[in-house]
Amino acid sequence: MDQIARNTEKSWFLFLVFKLLHLGIHLFGFLIFLVRELKPKGKILTPFNVITLPIIVAGAFFAVEHMFEGLSTGTNVSQEFPWGIFIGFNVMVGVPFAGGAYVLAFLVYVLNFEKFHPIVRATVLNGFLAYAFYASAIFLDLGRKWNILNPIIGNEFGVNSILFLVAWHFLLYMLAELIEFSPTVAEWVGLERLKKILSSMTLGACVFGIALSTLHQSGLGGLFMMAKNKLHPLWYSEFIPMLFFASSIPAGLSVVIVQETITRRFFSHRMSESYLRNYDDIFIWLARGAALALFVYFFLKVLAFIHEKSWVHLWSPWGAWFLFEVIGLVLVPSFLFHFGQARRDRRIILFAAILTMLGIIVNRLNYSMIAFKWYVPFSERYFPSLQEITITLAIISTQLWIFRWVVNRMPVYEVPHVEEPETERTFVPELGFTMANGGEKILKKNMKEV
Amino acid sequence: MKRREFLKVALSTLSALSISGLSTKKAMGFYACPKEFHAVLVDTTRCIGCRSCEVACADSHGLLIPDPEDKTVFKTLRKTDEKRLTVVNRFETEKGEVYVKTQCMHCCQPACVAACLVKAMKKREEGPVTWSENCMGCRYCMVSCPFDMPKFEYDKAFGRIVKCDMCYGRIIKGKVPACVEACPSEALTFGTRRDILNEAKRRIYTKPDTYIPYIYGEKEVAGTGFLYISSVPFEKIGLPTNLGFKAYPEFTVPFLYSVPVILILWPAFLLGMHYATKEGRK
Repeated sequence: MDQIARNTEKSWFLFLVFKLLHLGIHLFGFLIFLVRELKPKGKILTPFNVITLPIIVAGAFFAVEHMFEGLSTGTNVSQEFPWGIFIGFNVMVGVPFAGGAYVLAFLVYVLNFEKFHPIVRATVLNGFLAYAFYASAIFLDLGRKWNILNPIIGNEFGVNSILFLVAWHFLLYMLAELIEFSPTVAEWVGLERLKKILSSMTLGACVFGIALSTLHQSGLGGLFMMAKNKLHPLWYSEFIPMLFFASSIPAGLSVVIVQETITRRFFSHRMSESYLRNYDDIFIWLARGAALALFVYFFLKVLAFIHEKSWVHLWSPWGAWFLFEVIGLVLVPSFLFHFGQARRDRRIILFAAILTMLGIIVNRLNYSMIAFKWYVPFSERYFPSLQEITITLAIISTQLWIFRWVVNRMPVYEVPHVEEPETERTFVPELGFTMANGGEKILKKNMKEV
Repeated sequence: MKRREFLKVALSTLSALSISGLSTKKAMGFYACPKEFHAVLVDTTRCIGCRSCEVACADSHGLLIPDPEDKTVFKTLRKTDEKRLTVVNRFETEKGEVYVKTQCMHCCQPACVAACLVKAMKKREEGPVTWSENCMGCRYCMVSCPFDMPKFEYDKAFGRIVKCDMCYGRIIKGKVPACVEACPSEALTFGTRRDILNEAKRRIYTKPDTYIPYIYGEKEVAGTGFLYISSVPFEKIGLPTNLGFKAYPEFTVPFLYSVPVILILWPAFLLGMHYATKEGRK
């Protein structure tokens, strides 16, 4: 009796040791894999690296300095202009620029618009990185940084605040995008079963992510609803949230167009044949979407303008600036997109995309710092400091570095695994049931032989 | 006839019930909360610009005490900041020099409270709008406040939002705010908002030649806790008159109401579209 018990004990112990060793070997293998993957691929001394590395180092230095010294060291935010470029540019512009992720998720996963499938992973990756880095910009902008978790852990829940909604949606949307992108990571690590599980969550994550995006894209505009007496009347409108949402669609598509132009140039070795073959077609379809979305945005902008009855303000320098934004950077690129797709000219489309991005930058900066407190004299206005600009550029550069690292390693651009075509089934009258995969032909042949 | 009578009686009973129900509810709400919003009346015709309020305020909040003898400060229009919670400015008007004290207005429905995502800004039952330590320093209250009153200590790594708190600590002990106590010319009067409004009206009615018939803050942004009366129009003494009478938090209400609607209906609609297009393609 004793002997058996001791033996089982022993075998259990051995089993455990064996399992641990097994796990250890797996982990060790994974670590080696990671270390190997962490090494840079390709040349190190490229112009991109030479320019961005000093910016990242300087930006990191400034960021740490200002984290311990307070906001007045390094930033020009003031009592008059509490929000500088970390919020006014990184967040306000970065979020609509990352909007391509939810627009493409909508087209590909919800509407089953398979044409855009090859670029959806890269776009979701870009969107996720954008959000992760804009969260870091928010962190840098906070005056009491270590309280950043308070709205999440419930110290306290300010549920009547639009910013509360935006904060939660940022967090949840990052999670949704992580789920959307996770099958790519699983594929890279080589965990096929995990990939299947994660892939099954994609649709849910997309639907959830689109609802969240709708709300926080518009919520960023909603933040300015209470700045009624501070925004120039040409920009203030009850419909700011709707305008912010509507403009995030062409903004996102334009960023995708620019992103695909750049990645095609630098990462074509990571792209499958079929994608490169369909590249022009995808480009044209993106332009079509952008032309339409941009025109819808223009139309809404005109509606809001008429609704606010602010005609008198048009005959002033502010009016000229407003018209430049609405016509020069919204209506014109909309038509340019149209011409570009009609002539199938990628250069026109690219130009229109850059104009649209410029238009979004001008629009969001108007809300956050240019038309915001427009009555404050020039000498007291906010201009970003050198440190702020460096930190912003460093954030963007780091994001591009990580994007490059991921695209060079993970299957971002390969076409996802295509499902087998459904088997054909034919009815065999001799037998009284159906057979699949041409089985009936073989059967008939055999019967004849018999 | 009988039926008609019955209907009449039934309807009138119903309406009476509902009205009485409403009124008792209101009355109960009122009596259940014995505290009332407090307010301060700033009578700009009585202010002599001695800046005793600035000194008392700095003293009671542990800030740098200004020199009240220094009259050069009136040369420029000063604003409150993180080191002074209240300032007195001088305005040249057709009725001579007018001194105006500015500080947080303690709105009845404050924009900063609606803006705060961690409820660090609170509207107290006694009337003051106060700040607490769980603040993240996002400074959205500064963006939202129509009077630009919250200020931030930018030079500290863990700065605070600073603004007048109507001496909340003193009020809950039954004392009046430090500035009111210090005022030698009775330009400041403290009391419940209801009494203060009556007092302001009384002054205007008894001296119609002195005052313009308007109480600033009675209706501005749906009511404020600091009320101003003056002998000259308010835009001439630096008070913003373009704010409107709507409570600022109400500007965010349409958006906030759309949130649950979109969060519930949008996913259902999207999933519907997904299955519709899926069927169509196969």
